[in-house]
Amino acid sequence: MKLTKFIDRALLVLTWLFAGLTIAVLAYIIFHIVINGVPHLRLSLFEIRHTSANVSMLPSIVSTLFMVILTLIFAVPLGIFTSIFLVEYMKKGSRFVNVVRSAAELLSGIPSIVYGLFGLLFFVEFLGLGLSLLSGSLTLSIMILPLVIRTTEEALKSVPDGYREGSFALGAGKLRTIFVIILPSAIPGIFAGVILAVGRIIGESAALIFTAGTFAQIPDNILQSVRTLAVHMWVLSGEGHHINEAYATAVALLAVIFLINALSTLAAKKIFSIA
Amino acid sequence: MRNVKDRLRAWDFKEILAVWVFRICACGSIAAIALICLFLFLGGGPAIIEIGLTNFLFGRSWAPLNIPAEFGVLPMIAGSVYITVGAVIIGVPIGIFTAVFLAFMCPKKLHKLLKPIINLLAGIPSVVYGFFGMRAIVPVIRNISLALTDGGSGASILSASVLLGIMILPTIIAISESSIRAISKEYYEGALALGASHVRSVFFVVVPAAKSGILASVVLGIGRAVGETMAVVMVAGNQAMIPIFPEGIFRGGRSLTANIVLEMAYATDLHRDALIATAIVLFCFIFLINIIFTFLVRKDKN
Repeated sequence: MKLTKFIDRALLVLTWLFAGLTIAVLAYIIFHIVINGVPHLRLSLFEIRHTSANVSMLPSIVSTLFMVILTLIFAVPLGIFTSIFLVEYMKKGSRFVNVVRSAAELLSGIPSIVYGLFGLLFFVEFLGLGLSLLSGSLTLSIMILPLVIRTTEEALKSVPDGYREGSFALGAGKLRTIFVIILPSAIPGIFAGVILAVGRIIGESAALIFTAGTFAQIPDNILQSVRTLAVHMWVLSGEGHHINEAYATAVALLAVIFLINALSTLAAKKIFSIA
Repeated sequence: MRNVKDRLRAWDFKEILAVWVFRICACGSIAAIALICLFLFLGGGPAIIEIGLTNFLFGRSWAPLNIPAEFGVLPMIAGSVYITVGAVIIGVPIGIFTAVFLAFMCPKKLHKLLKPIINLLAGIPSVVYGFFGMRAIVPVIRNISLALTDGGSGASILSASVLLGIMILPTIIAISESSIRAISKEYYEGALALGASHVRSVFFVVVPAAKSGILASVVLGIGRAVGETMAVVMVAGNQAMIPIFPEGIFRGGRSLTANIVLEMAYATDLHRDALIATAIVLFCFIFLINIIFTFLVRKDKN
């Protein structure tokens, strides 16, 4: 009897301890970055040009923005159309659906460095796009595709069948039903997924080093090499004498990720309020 | 219902065109997988043949610039395995207990606060983790290493394991928590009715019932750890040597992923192809992990 009580007590203590540890670790990471980074967020780090004396992060921020937009242009329509086909046109559990789903699952497990290597072999060299914004965004769009597909699928499935039937009953065709009735009601869910994808694009570095390169200026066109903020931070942390600037960049990255998380939580809440 | 409508509208050109557009898009991810496999195997396959499969997989020395060059990836396989095992030892217990806490022990208000925090942990970019590890974990490990062994820079297998242990936490917590919550309430209530305490019901009835879901979370965490690149490169030391247990964990090691990032920029000819072949090895690991994961998830659903 005593032993049982002891085990109970021990497990309870362990649970609280480990949960506390998780929170403490996260708090420490954020504290460490903010304390060391915020004092170094000088105005000069936001100048238009990057020079070796002033490692401005503004060009990288602009490049990151371009990268995000271009990647979404490729991946979001592809992902949404895939999900529409899987959910609206195919029967549940059909062979094709399973194959696509397994492919997407496998894609989501592939490490980003393998994507980087593939991007180098295929987009950069085979298609001759060079180290460029375009190669980088094409590589990333394959990487985020499974995320977009999965979240859009969930969003489409959560639209009640009554909507579809109502629309058909009023004489609307399938295509019209999808674009006028179903997609608009699924938008918050799709949006939540897209925001998560944006977070992955912003945080990605391994897949970009060999596809988009590390050129640290604002690009004139999509065939120029760019350095996103995460890659910028990697380069800085490798050069021993830019540690303070690396901390400042980390603060900027954390702030963006924080914002994105808040947005996606908000979008997710909206889904529940509809359903 | 939907089928009938399909047939009625079959003559409509716009509808047919749309179906084909959707269908082609849906083939996109299959095409992506096929292309990735094709280019990896075309790029790395010849190198494996030239080096010899056993020499490549079990060669103990990676010395691409030596004459003659040696391309054995065993040190990197060992490095990845050591680092991942360490990460699992550190991350899994903490993750599972935290998941139990979130599902059963924590007040609703606290849960509302903690959930976004853990999501944030999942969203932090790996370079930021790596940088944190470099600045905060490596120095601590260096001191421990100096105290216990006769040296070590701190950039080591152990540092990488600690950092990856933290990085896989959100994956393990999220999936374990949802699989624990998916266990029907009757299990818990039944255990209570039989006189078991709250803690006992949770740990000896509900958690075992959720074990394949929890295991799936661990497998997914392993996948993350094996595939992680930048964070590992920044803290692991990257020496291509087979670590010797136990003091080896205080020495540097190199993972498969690190091998690619470190040398791809300047590699040429066979060296370059051998790096692509390293990616094939990595891909095979991930493929295996994916199969185990799918199997576990299916078991969980049944």
